[in-house]
Amino acid sequence: MNIAVLVKWVPEPQGTPTLGPDHLLVREGADGALDPGDEYGLERALQLVERDGGEVTVVSMGPEVAVAAVQRGLAMGADRGVLVTDDTVRGADTLVTARVLAAAIRPIGADLVVAAVESTDGYTGTLPVTVAELLGLPSVTFATSLDIVDGSHVRAERQTAAGAEVVSSPLPALVTVTTGVAEPRYPSLKGVMAAKSKPLDRPSLADLGLAADDVRPSQTVASVEAAPLKAGGRVIEAGPETAAEIADLLAEARVI
Amino acid sequence: MWIWADVSPEGVASSALELLTKARAIGKDVGAVALGPGASGAVDQLGEHGAARVYTSDDQRFAEPTSRVAAHTLGALVAEHSTGVVLFPSSYRGRDVAGRLQAITGSTLMANAVDLPSIDRARAEILGGTTIVEVDLAGPAPHLVLMRPRSFEPEAVGGTADVVPVDVVEPPGGAAVVQVLERTEAASDGPTLEGAKVVLAGGRGLGGPDGFRLLQELGDAIGDTAIGASRAAVDAGWVPYAMQIGQTGSTVKPEVYIAAGISGALQHAVGMKGSRRIVAITKDPEAPILQLADLGVVGDLFQVLPALTEEVRRRTGR
Repeated sequence: MNIAVLVKWVPEPQGTPTLGPDHLLVREGADGALDPGDEYGLERALQLVERDGGEVTVVSMGPEVAVAAVQRGLAMGADRGVLVTDDTVRGADTLVTARVLAAAIRPIGADLVVAAVESTDGYTGTLPVTVAELLGLPSVTFATSLDIVDGSHVRAERQTAAGAEVVSSPLPALVTVTTGVAEPRYPSLKGVMAAKSKPLDRPSLADLGLAADDVRPSQTVASVEAAPLKAGGRVIEAGPETAAEIADLLAEARVI
Repeated sequence: MWIWADVSPEGVASSALELLTKARAIGKDVGAVALGPGASGAVDQLGEHGAARVYTSDDQRFAEPTSRVAAHTLGALVAEHSTGVVLFPSSYRGRDVAGRLQAITGSTLMANAVDLPSIDRARAEILGGTTIVEVDLAGPAPHLVLMRPRSFEPEAVGGTADVVPVDVVEPPGGAAVVQVLERTEAASDGPTLEGAKVVLAGGRGLGGPDGFRLLQELGDAIGDTAIGASRAAVDAGWVPYAMQIGQTGSTVKPEVYIAAGISGALQHAVGMKGSRRIVAITKDPEAPILQLADLGVVGDLFQVLPALTEEVRRRTGR
């Protein structure tokens, strides 16, 4: 079983990222890390390979600092990493990113591609299925559980607008997972040490067979402004009159 | 300008009607694409809300879970009609269809949009709703824009749509390889999160699934109420995902929103900050949700909620 896990380095995963003067996210010098949302899918991939045998490759596109995110994946137990870094794709939109990632996954010959439902910083939520389409793979999105059956099928429970469904897809396939899929392990000291000697592939866009036309951006930021904050709110300490005050507000809104 | 309509045998999603409001405002020749079981039943409503044409098919194959069949069929349609823009809802289906369509057409895709000032420009909330950007869209047609729920109000304008039947376009290598083995519908009694006048939402501060009973009791006293939750409460397994409010989950704009034990992370804020009136009850005086609140209460929710339920019962007699 050969599993590719898409991972992303995100700036300030616990805090609020900021935009630079070029209207791109500030990545350099930010306190970045592996997107916490990526660890769930990676953990499940590691569990499946530990059970059935095989290899896990973490695949990423990002700036030089993104090496840290890939290293974290290797420290958790992934066997190898692929990181595409290129100035021409800095601030790339989803199509360019999907093309780069699809090209990076293709040579791996993955049976299963795993990704988070969305990233913590961009939360577009469409990138993985775009990758799936470029690779001609079926996809299962919003999976809350993920298993491989008979080495030939993936079985997943997924959230839908109406509730939930259990689906079965032949491999190869792409699955996007929520945080429900596994509880991520913390990398051991041994894992961190071992990560340094694991293979990390750094292909160029040319190595991946991508031409300038493939990575041409289709979006330009025209303006940036802060969203307006709510005005006129007040904060009180809870006391004997609190219930009446909230009830007054409900009455004012004509809901009671 | 086209819109993607999420349809099911239960009816058309309100997101489709919201998107039509915007499409009518800036585009001529508004088309709606409704594919899958229930689609033909949606035609009248889509026409009434401003679709001049509805491209439609009830074919069961459009409901397969990968959305590949829908995306390839839509790809053939937009190529045939030289469609300039397709608006999608930020739904499960909308994301899957738009994401795949992007690979097929090589188009630009803008997610989390809250407005479309012109056909070449989208307005979006980024960084958890703290920042608004306007982005110029270029590249091969059609531009694909995923709109945040409830960015526009549905408006019935009393039109009738022409029906354009659609044939299934098979994706390369065939389709429908993914089988649905089991399906469970989320139990729904009472108003939906999107439809309720009052939304009561609980977070980590409720301490466990039992804490949600306090919200239920308050809801019963108020009436026309739906119960929601923060991602922290859902991830902890206290309540089902269907109750989640936020970036992933529902976006709500009720008359009154009461948040109990929710800190108000950006993830959550984008799903509720459009509420008419916001009450936040939290023990943390630094909680960011207090900045969004019309009335912020710092204190013990296990005292405040039962006292409020009592007070509301006294006033309503429920």
